[in-house]
Amino acid sequence: MSKQTEIRLTGSGGQGIILAGIILAEAAIGEGNNAIQSQSYGPEARGGASKAEVIISSNEIHFPKVQEPNYLLALTQVAADKYLAEVNEECVVIVDSAINVPSTVKAKKIISIPILKTAAEDVGKSIVGNIVAVGAITEITGVVSRAAVETALLNRVPKGTEDLNKTALEAGYKLALNR
Amino acid sequence: MSKNIKLMQGNEACVEGALYAGMRFYAGYPITPSTEIAEKSAELLPTVGGKFIQMEDEIAGIAAAIGGALTGKKSMTATSGPGFSLKQENIGYAMIAEIPLVIVNVQRGGPSTGLPTAPAQGEIMQAKWGTHGDHPVIALSPSTVRETFDLTVRAFNLAEKYRTPVMLLTDEIVGHMREKIEIPEPGELEIYNRLEPVEGETYIPYGVREGDLVPRMAAFGSGHRYHVTGLFHDETGFPSNSTENAGFMLDRMMKKVEDNLDDLIEYEEYMLDDAEVCIFSYGSSARAAKTAIDQLREEGIKAGLFRAITIWPFAEKRVKALAEQFDNIVVAELNLGQYVYEVERVVKGAAKVSHVGKANGDVLTPAEIAAKVKEVL
Amino acid sequence: MNNPIVEKYFRMDNLPHIWCPGCGNGIIMLALAKAIDSLGLDKDKVCVVSGIGCSSRAPGYLDFNTLHTTHGRALAFATGVKLANPELEVIVISGDGDASAIGGNHLIHAARRNIGITTIVFNNNIYGMTGGQYSPTTPNGDLGTTAPHGNIDRPFDIAQLAAAAGATYAARSTVYHANQMEKMIETAIAHKGFSMVEVISTCPTYYGRKNKKGSAANMIAFLKDSFIDVKVAEKLPEEKKAGKFLMGEFKKEEGVVEYTVAYESIIERLKK
Repeated sequence: MSKQTEIRLTGSGGQGIILAGIILAEAAIGEGNNAIQSQSYGPEARGGASKAEVIISSNEIHFPKVQEPNYLLALTQVAADKYLAEVNEECVVIVDSAINVPSTVKAKKIISIPILKTAAEDVGKSIVGNIVAVGAITEITGVVSRAAVETALLNRVPKGTEDLNKTALEAGYKLALNR
Repeated sequence: MSKNIKLMQGNEACVEGALYAGMRFYAGYPITPSTEIAEKSAELLPTVGGKFIQMEDEIAGIAAAIGGALTGKKSMTATSGPGFSLKQENIGYAMIAEIPLVIVNVQRGGPSTGLPTAPAQGEIMQAKWGTHGDHPVIALSPSTVRETFDLTVRAFNLAEKYRTPVMLLTDEIVGHMREKIEIPEPGELEIYNRLEPVEGETYIPYGVREGDLVPRMAAFGSGHRYHVTGLFHDETGFPSNSTENAGFMLDRMMKKVEDNLDDLIEYEEYMLDDAEVCIFSYGSSARAAKTAIDQLREEGIKAGLFRAITIWPFAEKRVKALAEQFDNIVVAELNLGQYVYEVERVVKGAAKVSHVGKANGDVLTPAEIAAKVKEVL
Repeated sequence: MNNPIVEKYFRMDNLPHIWCPGCGNGIIMLALAKAIDSLGLDKDKVCVVSGIGCSSRAPGYLDFNTLHTTHGRALAFATGVKLANPELEVIVISGDGDASAIGGNHLIHAARRNIGITTIVFNNNIYGMTGGQYSPTTPNGDLGTTAPHGNIDRPFDIAQLAAAAGATYAARSTVYHANQMEKMIETAIAHKGFSMVEVISTCPTYYGRKNKKGSAANMIAFLKDSFIDVKVAEKLPEEKKAGKFLMGEFKKEEGVVEYTVAYESIIERLKK
C-alpha cells in the first residue's frame, strides 16, 4: 500500500465514533503502517455531530486531517446531512440503512447497511454499533486485516466484553459481505 | 508490534516524555485542550512516587509547580490559552528566581475563551513577551506526537541546565491527534539533572561558580537555608535595590540564552536544498506545509520548508542566510500574523516575506499554503 | 541587645527590618521564632513562605528556607512545597490584603484541603506597603486613601473564614497579647492539618494616622481593651460584650486526615 487512505467516521457524541477510529488506526500500526487518528468536537459530551478521522499509509503522513475522504461512514442523519455534502466522486460512502441519502450526493458508491439495527437486534447491544461499523469498514476497505483489527479491538475494549465485541465485529464483516 | 510502538495522543506523549525526563511533581488546573496532560499525570505520578495536585486556579497551578521545583523535584504545569494568560506573572517569577520548570501550552483559538476545542498558534508572541519586564525565554514547538515526547524531555533538560522555565508550545491538533510513536528505551535519550551545591563549599545561592553556566540549586530541606524572591536580588538571594546589581543580574540571566544559541536552537529543513521558495512554519502548521510542498512539487514548483523547533530564541543566523538564498519566504502559521514579524525583523528586506494564516478555528490546509506560494511566485 | 532567640533564628545581616516604628509586625515575627524554638524544630526543615506586602517581608529576616512569592500566592506556592516534601514544616506569613483579597481563593482552598500548612495573617486592617488603601478587613466606615469618604465595604473575619472553609485549627490574637499569640502559633504549627492564626497588628503610619487612632501605644492599648477571649465572652452578659472583639481559639478539630498524608496513602496503595 503506497497511497494514503483517508477515512472519515461520523455520528453523534456517545456512539463511540472516536473509539472506532482508534481501533482502525491501531490495527494499521499493528501491521507496520503509519496511522493518524484525530477528531473534531463541540462542547457537548453526548449528542451533536461527532467526527473522527483516520489516515492510514505506508509512508510518513504529514497533514494530519482528512482532505478528501476515500471512505465516509455516517451513523446518524444529522451527521450524514453535515458531511455527505463534502464528498467527491472518489469516495465510498457507508451509511446506516436508517439514513436517507439525498440523490444529489456524488459518491463513487453508496453502501447502505443496517449497522445500528444489527447491533441492537442481532448482537443484542446497541452500544456496539461502532464495532459493527468497524467490521464493515474493515471488510469494505481492506485497508487493515481482520486479524489486526481483532487484536486492536481486544486491546481496547473493557474486560468481560470481549465476546460481545467480537460478535459485533463479525456481524460487521457479514453485513459488508452480504450487502 | 514492538511493545514500545503505540498509538498515542500528543498530550499523553507529553506526560510520557515528562516522566521519562524525571518529572515528579505536577500542579495545574483543567482546561481544554490540555486536560489530558493533567489527567495522565494524575494517573501516573503516584505510581512512581511523584505527586499531582489539581489546584484551585491556573495561577495556583504554576505557583504550586514552582514550590514543588524548589524542593528538588522536576516539576511541570500545563494549560491552554486563557490559562497561559493567567500564569504570566508567575512565569516571570520563575525566570527571575531561576526556577527550573516546564510550562506546556496546548494552544487553542483565542482571544478570551475563544474557541476552546479548536486549534491555533496564537501565543507565539505571548510566550516571549507575556510576562512583564525583560527576561530570557526558551520555547519549543513540536509538530508530531513523537516530537512532543522528545521536546518535553528536552524542555526538562533545558529547564534544569539553564535554571529557567521552558515553555512547550503545542496546539490542539498535535495535542489531541493520535499517531504512531515509538517510546524510547530508558537511557536512549540524555537526561540532565540540575547541579547541586558542592559539599564543603560555602553555598552562594545566586552566585555562579567558575565553569558553571548557572547558580547551583539547593533543594529546600537539604540543609542550605536560603532566600528566594521575585525582587531583584544579589548573589546572596536577598533583595537589592542597587541598579548596578539589577543590571548585572539581568544581564547574566539574558546571557544564559544569548550566549548559548547553538545549544538551544533546533530546526528542521525539508526539501530546501533545491527549492525556489522557502516556506517557514512550525508546529502543526508545518505538517500542512510539508503536504503542500509534496503537492507543489508534483506540479513542478520546487518549494521547501524551514521548520522552527525552537521558537525562542529565534534562529536568527539561519533565517538571515535563508533570506540571502531565497527571494521569497512564506510564513505559514495558524494566526493572523505573529512569528512573521520576527522573520521580517531578521530578514530586513533581504527577501520578500509573505504570510498565510487564519484564526477562525480551522486548520491551515495544504491547499491554502500552496495557493499562497503560487501567488507570491 | 543580645536576644538569643533573635541570634538563633534571625538573619542578623538583614536587620534592622524595614517596618515603621510602632508597627506590630515585629512582635508577631518574634513570637513565631519563639514558638519554633519551643517546639525544637530543625531550622533546615522549616520553610517560611510569604506573598507581597509589609508582613511578607518577614521571611527575609528569618533563617529558614524562605520563599517570598508573588502577591496573594503564598499559599499556592506553599502547597507545592508541602506536597512535594511533606517533611518540611511549612509556615505562611501573609497580610490581610495578601491573604483575603488577592489570595482569598488560595486561602479557602488550602483550608478546604486541610493541608498541613500554618498560616499566620498579620492583620493591620490596611494596605501598608502601597500607602494606606482600604483592605478586606478595614472596618466599615473607616478611612483609607482609596476610601476617602469612608469605607462602604463590609470586612472579613479571617479566622472564621478559614474555619468555615475547612481549616482544622483557627484562632485569633493581637500584638498586645503576645504570650497568648505565641502559644497559639505553637499550637498551630504542632497541629496536623491546615491551621490559621490571625493576629491583629497595628499600622500607626497609615491606618492609625488616617483614622485618628492616636499613637502606636494608644493603638496597642486599644487592642488590650477591646479584645476578649471567646471562652470569657461565653460567660459575659450581652451588655459587657458590646463594642468588643473576640479572640482565642475558635476551632480545633483533631482526626481529620491531613492532605499530604492522604496523598502518601495513595502512593502506598499503588505499590501493592
